Amino acid sequence: MRKYALLFGALSSLMSTTAMAETVLTIATVNNGDMIRMQGLTDDFTAKNPDIQLNWVTLEENVLRERVTTDIATKGGQYDILTIGTYETPIWAKNGWLLPLDKLGADYDADDLLPAIREAVSVDGKLYASPFYAESSLVMYRKDLFEKAGLKMPEGGPDWKFIGEAARKIDDKANGISGICLRGKAGWGENMALVTGIANAYGAKWFDENWKPQFDTDKWKEAAAFYVNLLRDAGPQGASSNGFNENLALFQQGKCGMWMDASVAASFVSNPKESTVADQVGYALSPNVGGGESRGNWLWAWTLAIPSSSTKADAAQKFISWATDKAYLNLVASKEGWANVPPGTRKSLYDNAQYQKEAPFAAITLDAINAANKGKPQAQYPAWGYIIIPEYQSIGTSVGQLFSAAVAGQLSVDDALAQAQSVTTREMTRAGYIK
Amino acid sequence: MARTISTRRTAVVTLCAWIVALVIFFPILYTIITSFKSEAEAIQGFNLIPSGTVESYVEVQTQKDYFKPFMNSVILSLGSTVLALLVSVPAAWAMAFSPTKRTKDILMWMLSTKMMPAVAVLVPIYLIFRDTGLLDSRIGLTVMLMLINLPIVVWMLYTYFREIPGEILEAARMDGASLWGEIIYVLTPMAVPGIASTMLLNIILAWNEAFWTIRLTTTNAAPLTAFIASFSSPQGLFWAKLSAASTLAIAPILVMGWFSQKQLVRGLTFGAVK
Repeated sequence: MRKYALLFGALSSLMSTTAMAETVLTIATVNNGDMIRMQGLTDDFTAKNPDIQLNWVTLEENVLRERVTTDIATKGGQYDILTIGTYETPIWAKNGWLLPLDKLGADYDADDLLPAIREAVSVDGKLYASPFYAESSLVMYRKDLFEKAGLKMPEGGPDWKFIGEAARKIDDKANGISGICLRGKAGWGENMALVTGIANAYGAKWFDENWKPQFDTDKWKEAAAFYVNLLRDAGPQGASSNGFNENLALFQQGKCGMWMDASVAASFVSNPKESTVADQVGYALSPNVGGGESRGNWLWAWTLAIPSSSTKADAAQKFISWATDKAYLNLVASKEGWANVPPGTRKSLYDNAQYQKEAPFAAITLDAINAANKGKPQAQYPAWGYIIIPEYQSIGTSVGQLFSAAVAGQLSVDDALAQAQSVTTREMTRAGYIK
Repeated sequence: MARTISTRRTAVVTLCAWIVALVIFFPILYTIITSFKSEAEAIQGFNLIPSGTVESYVEVQTQKDYFKPFMNSVILSLGSTVLALLVSVPAAWAMAFSPTKRTKDILMWMLSTKMMPAVAVLVPIYLIFRDTGLLDSRIGLTVMLMLINLPIVVWMLYTYFREIPGEILEAARMDGASLWGEIIYVLTPMAVPGIASTMLLNIILAWNEAFWTIRLTTTNAAPLTAFIASFSSPQGLFWAKLSAASTLAIAPILVMGWFSQKQLVRGLTFGAVK
């Protein structure tokens, strides 16, 4: 009998959840360079807060979103800190799913956050998430190919007409170089971030004031035809399957003359350890159309937030403050250099002469983020490459599939737009936006 | 002449078998090959010859602890298999040796539970786990994995038990064996090959289960499937690291499958030819 009791005891201890330090924070996050770097530097935090232990749960972006949404909607309480984006933050804050960050401490300095970023993570003036790094969109181009083709990137940023002509001119498929690499992979956070930006630059918008979809307008037709034709004429083979990572690999291997994508890519393509063209990369603002104010910049930030189901909010705010304040940027710089500091969140970083010196893309990133709110055609909803309504994930991905099919040549631009109008109208009616 | 045709036919059949085996095994082989490439090589396109670098393995080991999810995988797959057998041996015995007119319906109903997409019951299951405090616990996940694979285990055991002549059990009863004595001392030893292959298959299924093991765990009970998932990156190259993590995750089960292939094949083909 004693034998069975011992066996049962051993099994129970093996299978039971262990209780460890006084406060254990469970942090859900995505796998990217900045987040991995932060996990490596947390000894600094635990040394200052020995009563707090950190448990990391790293997941693929879409699984993380689904997993965290399930937990937060059911008040599962599995996480104390969530890594979410600027799309989720306002929606979840309005649902009461997030706690306001009002105890970040005196050193946090919320006024130092870039205005566009602060606005994106605030609801009714309250901060509901703290940005860890932020990005907008910009154009990366090969200076050597431009010079060879006798092209010069316009001062103050190009327009799409110039980009189209330049891409077709430097396109050299015989030598494995595509004029331009753009996102073609379907998804609300993939091709639709870019397509929505291009459409905004053309003056097109997703909805009118009564939430009626606008894909049947001439401006959408113009924007969509430009995007599809450009990729068909000067894009890489299989462009309809390419997202951020695929285009990053192509550009780093010298197979793209230009690449318009997230500003965070600038640090990858300028890193000589990863990129074969690191010393030939130039940067420019996202294109506008005919000198218009809107450059269609998207705005995105990975942020840290606390779900309302967490019972460890005070400890969680301590960690968020540590991970996103100015001192953290100095910590990263002291360990790994200024070029590896998470970009895009704080004014003070862009005032730092050493950062400007070590990160050649610093000024253009700041300009791109500051341009994100300029000249947007839509009025009744905020949008930075995505529409902040809960239904957008589904609608955006459905419409993204249509644009991807158009790039692949499976649909004409007119058919893609007609189907986008139909799909969006149906979903918006079903969701009650259209009466 | 007949001998020549027979040899040629055997050669063709063998060749076909090798081709089919290679096609089935190729994704695993390519994962292993990719794990020995650099990130830049991994995304360059189809290439069967890697540079042989082990930098991805080093990075995977540096970034994440392998041992804890590995132990979780072992505990979950073995635990759920033992539990499943404890439940399904008596169930399969009852259906094989004391069938009623509803036995076939019950078997079909059991199988039908496998036809429902798992995501359809995600929220109810999540709520049950939340309310019973089983989220991120090995006990909860062991029970979950047992329930997922139970229909297959019952079906397999039922098929094996049906091959055992009922007269042997009747003889045992005549000799005074109790119900449990009959199951434990007579039936089980005779069905060892079938039980062994069912066990092995269940361990493999539980080891590879990735829907519930990722969604019902965070850190304490997360097995190797969660370990693999953590290497996918939204911004940055990750294919080589993901392949290295996958290779590390599948290696134990691959080795186990290799050593027990005779039992597996014997068990899976048991009763197939009459």
